[in-house]
Order: sequence, then structure tokens, then C-alpha cells
Amino acid sequence: MATQSNPRVPLLYRRRFSRGAKHLMLIGFGLVMLYPLLWMVSAAFKPEELIFREPGLWPSEVTLENFTEGWYSLKNSFGHYLWNSAVITALSVIANLVACSMAAYAFARLDFPFKKLWFALMLGSIMLPHHVTVVPQYIVFAKLEWINTIWPLILPKFLATDAFFIFLMVQFIRTLPRELDEAAAIDGAGYWRTYFRVIIPLCMPALATTGIFTFIWTWNDFFSQNLYLTKSDTLTASVALRQFLDGSGESSWGPMFAMSLISLAPIFGFFLAGQKYLIRGMATTGLK
Amino acid sequence: MPHQVSVSPSPKQVRLEPARPVGQHRGTKNAWKRREAGAAYVFLAPWFLGLIAITVGPIVASLYLSFTDYSLLEEAQWVGLDNYARMFTEDDRFLQSLKVTTIYVVVSVPMQLAFALLLALLLDRGLRGLTIYRSVYYLPSLLGGSVAIAILWRKIFGTDGLVNSVLLWFGIEGPGWVTDPDTALGTLILLHVWTFGAPMVIFLAGLRQIPQSYYEAASVDGATKLTQFRHITLPLLTPIIFFNLVLEIIKSFQSFTQSFIVSNGTGGPVDSTLFYTLYLYMKGFKNFEMGYAAAMAWVLLLIIAGLTGVNFLMSKYWVFYGDTK
Repeated sequence: MATQSNPRVPLLYRRRFSRGAKHLMLIGFGLVMLYPLLWMVSAAFKPEELIFREPGLWPSEVTLENFTEGWYSLKNSFGHYLWNSAVITALSVIANLVACSMAAYAFARLDFPFKKLWFALMLGSIMLPHHVTVVPQYIVFAKLEWINTIWPLILPKFLATDAFFIFLMVQFIRTLPRELDEAAAIDGAGYWRTYFRVIIPLCMPALATTGIFTFIWTWNDFFSQNLYLTKSDTLTASVALRQFLDGSGESSWGPMFAMSLISLAPIFGFFLAGQKYLIRGMATTGLK
Repeated sequence: MPHQVSVSPSPKQVRLEPARPVGQHRGTKNAWKRREAGAAYVFLAPWFLGLIAITVGPIVASLYLSFTDYSLLEEAQWVGLDNYARMFTEDDRFLQSLKVTTIYVVVSVPMQLAFALLLALLLDRGLRGLTIYRSVYYLPSLLGGSVAIAILWRKIFGTDGLVNSVLLWFGIEGPGWVTDPDTALGTLILLHVWTFGAPMVIFLAGLRQIPQSYYEAASVDGATKLTQFRHITLPLLTPIIFFNLVLEIIKSFQSFTQSFIVSNGTGGPVDSTLFYTLYLYMKGFKNFEMGYAAAMAWVLLLIIAGLTGVNFLMSKYWVFYGDTK
């Protein structure tokens, strides 16, 4: 680059300048995007009365009061709600990993009658709006007296109803060479052994994507959790957060932001740890 | 399946008849096929159960309920098409919810996708810090559906919220964005646009699929950047634009949490943020008019199926599948 002839130099500068301008623009835009989040972080550490008096990010006075107050300001401690969320989320992740990978193995590798039809149905169910099934589901779960239990939230996952992940894994398994299955078969492995010893270990990236997405979606879920969990003891973090908006809560912004921040922390953590899988997963399902 | 070729002696036989006992003749092939199908159905058992109990059964039940009056406590009363007729002739709130949701989808989806595409184009191959930018822009998509962010939004756009305190620096006294019926829906649209990161990631992956050599060939022929965009990037990206469009329309038609939290469960002010699914929720699970809610759900299904169908029909005219089809 440095040895380029004279007339080219201005062009090089121009290019460098425009590249710098582009970075400035991208950084500026990123900051605008993140500003609400950063502001929430700073608001959580500000004394109540300063939150809206200072739109800036750097608090002139730092306090942890919002956290201690918010933690105990609902009927149960916020830790209780976080624990409920964690239980439901962990079981959902396990359920999706097991049930969806089993279905995906069958769709990707085995031959059976009406396979095309079943596969089409599976794809169709991805697009199906949840609301078409929710009324009868609620009625059945209510008759079973499962309201305020975790069953309505996790049972569907054990039955592989998150078909999106089946699709994701089918796409992934299809890229694995069939010779591996064949080699296993020649060595005398049956279908279960092939599934456990060949497919599952090679599917780790797809399983990671599934696990992380299930985690984030279940942790964020409000509609179903709000529907099925109504007793204070059973609430999850996202349903409990909503209670800050009720009645007296409306004025206590500091504690509300503090608890919001805590409830977002696991998602942020998983995002940092697993963004490779998230982005890859998005890209593969989006493209094929 | 091209990779079968590479396997030793008779690959097909090996694949279909793993570990077959020596010395067996006809009929065994069928037996093995049956064994394979049997195994497949075992692997699919949870999914089949879910398909019947969680998906197809409830859809059918929902259709039946939509022709009844049902409140969970009493027996369902057959009312024929009453629920559907009431929706479109008597229920102003239903029509309002349809209107609000339509505006929301029509405005926010194109804006969101435009942002996603623009940013994906700016994050070129080889741009320094690409992965950091991508993460920063993607993060809101992951958080955007949460209650915490919806609460934050409610506070940012409140009467004495962040937006207004910033505006005050410039001497402008802003309205209470979420409490003013003229602007409340706008804040929800903005929240949706804010989550453009997910389609952006899909666009980025799509851009990577376009062979660099096309651009090289085009610039040898003297094509400007703009011409390259119009004649290479855009046509080759149309399948992905289409994919994002279909997906986002379906998704945003069902948005719930944002409107529920920002309006604190009311759909207010004056029903200006009354999303379709929020109204369905109120009808079904607050008033326990479950027949009516089921009818609304079926109308939603038909709307979404219709829109998706139209999308696919229209795709013939603008989506370019190149030589893969």
C-alpha cells in the first residue's frame, strides 16, 4: 500500500476517510440502540429521585437500595420468582433437546410411511398461531386442575410441539455424512445406538442453538406463564415483574428497574456465552 | 444423495440392510423396512402425541367451540355463526383491535426489515469489528420480547420519562407518549423496529452466500456500486427478503406482551394499543367468553393463512430463485 504511486494517494485517503465515517455512524447508531438498556442499568443504581432528573448515564450518586427494596417488595422475595422461572426454563430446555432431537433423527434419517405428509404437517405447525390452540388447551388443563402447576408449560415441550427446533435439527442432521450411520450399522449398531452414539454427539452445535433459544424464549415468555400461573407462590419472574405496574408499584421505578435488570441478566449471560450458536442457528434455518 | 457413491462394494444394500444375518432371502427386505418404520414411529412417538393432543385436537376443538357459547362453568351452547356475525357487525372493539394490529404490522414490519437490510449491507464482508456490531444490533431482538423491556419502554415514553427529559434539554415539552392515544401505538411500533437484529442476521448470512466473483465480474465491466446492488445483491437476496417478510408478518400479527405491558393490560389509552391477541385474551380469559375467543382465534388463523398465501402468490412476481429452481 505504502509504495503506491502518487496519483492514487488521494483515493486511498478518501477511502480511509469514508471508512472512518462509516464506523462513526455504526458506533453512533449502536449507542442510540443500546441507550435505553444502558440507561436502565444506570437507573437501577440511582437513588429514586434522581432517575428522571438525570437522563445521563453516569449516576452522580450510586446506591444498591433499589435492589434490596425491589427484592422484597412483592409478596414473595424476587429470588422465589427467579427460581420458579429457572425450574420451568431448565425443564423446557431438557424437554426440547430430547423430544425434538428424537423427532429430527426420524425425519432426517429414517424411512417410514407417509413421511412427506408428516413432515409437511410438522412444518405447518411452525407457522400455526398459538392462539388457535390455547382456548381448548386451557379448558383441558383447567379440568385436569393443572392451573398453577408447571405442567401446562412444560408438558407440550416434552411432546415436541416447538417444531421450529425439529426443523433446525433436521437441517443440521442432513449435513452429516450418512457413511457414519452406515459404518455404525455395519458394526451392529441399532437405531437407538446410532442416535445416541453418532447423531447426538455430532449434533452438538444444533443442540446448543436449540438449548439457548429455548432458554431465552421460555425465560422471556409472558403469555403462557401469565395465563397458567396466577397464585403468588407459583409466579415466574416475568409475571411477577408485571406486578410492579399494579397499584402502588407505579411509583417505585428504582426497584422495578433493579428487578428488571436482574431478570434480564441470565438472557444477557446466555447471549454472551452462546452468540455463535444463536447467530449460526438463525442463519441456517433462515436460509434453507 | 451423492455421498452414497463413495461407500464400498454395494452401498445401497448396506444402507438398507444393516447387519443383516447371513443366508436370509426374500421378504427380509420388507422386514427390515418394517423394522425401520417401527423405529421411526418410536422416535416420533412424543411428537405424534403432541400433534394429536396439543395441536390438531385443540384446533378442531377450537373450531367447534367457535360455534358455541361457552364459559368453562356451563355446558357449551350451540349458537351457529353467531360469534362470527357479532364480531364483524356489533363488536366495535374487535374491529378496533383488527385496525390497530393491521396498522402495527403494515408500518412496523417494512420499517424493521428496511433497517435490517440497510445495516446488513453496511456490515460488509471484511469490515473491522463486524462481529461486535452484529452482536450489539442483535441484542435488542433477544430482549425485546421480555416484560422487563416493555416496562422500560413504558417508562421511557412516559409523561416524565427519558424521552421527554431529553426533549426538555432542547426546550420541547413532549406529550405523554404512552398515555396519548395518538402516539401510544407509535411507541410499540418503535419497539418492534428496535428488534431488527434478528432479520439482520439472516440478511447477513444471505449476503455471504452471494459469490464474490459476481461483483468482481461486474466491476470489471465497469458497474458502479449502485448498479451492482440493484442487479446483483437485490435480486439474489429476494428469497431471503421474502422469508423474513413472511416470518415477521406472522410473528407481529400475534404480538402480545408489548401491548399488554405498555398499556398495563388495558389496550389503552382509548383502545389505541388494543392488539388482536390482547383482545382475544380479554374475551377468553378475563370475561370467559371462550366460544367467542375461539372464533377470534380462527379468524386470526384465517387472516394469517390468507396473508401468507397472498405472500406466496405475490412472490412469483418479485422473488428470484436463480438457477436453484
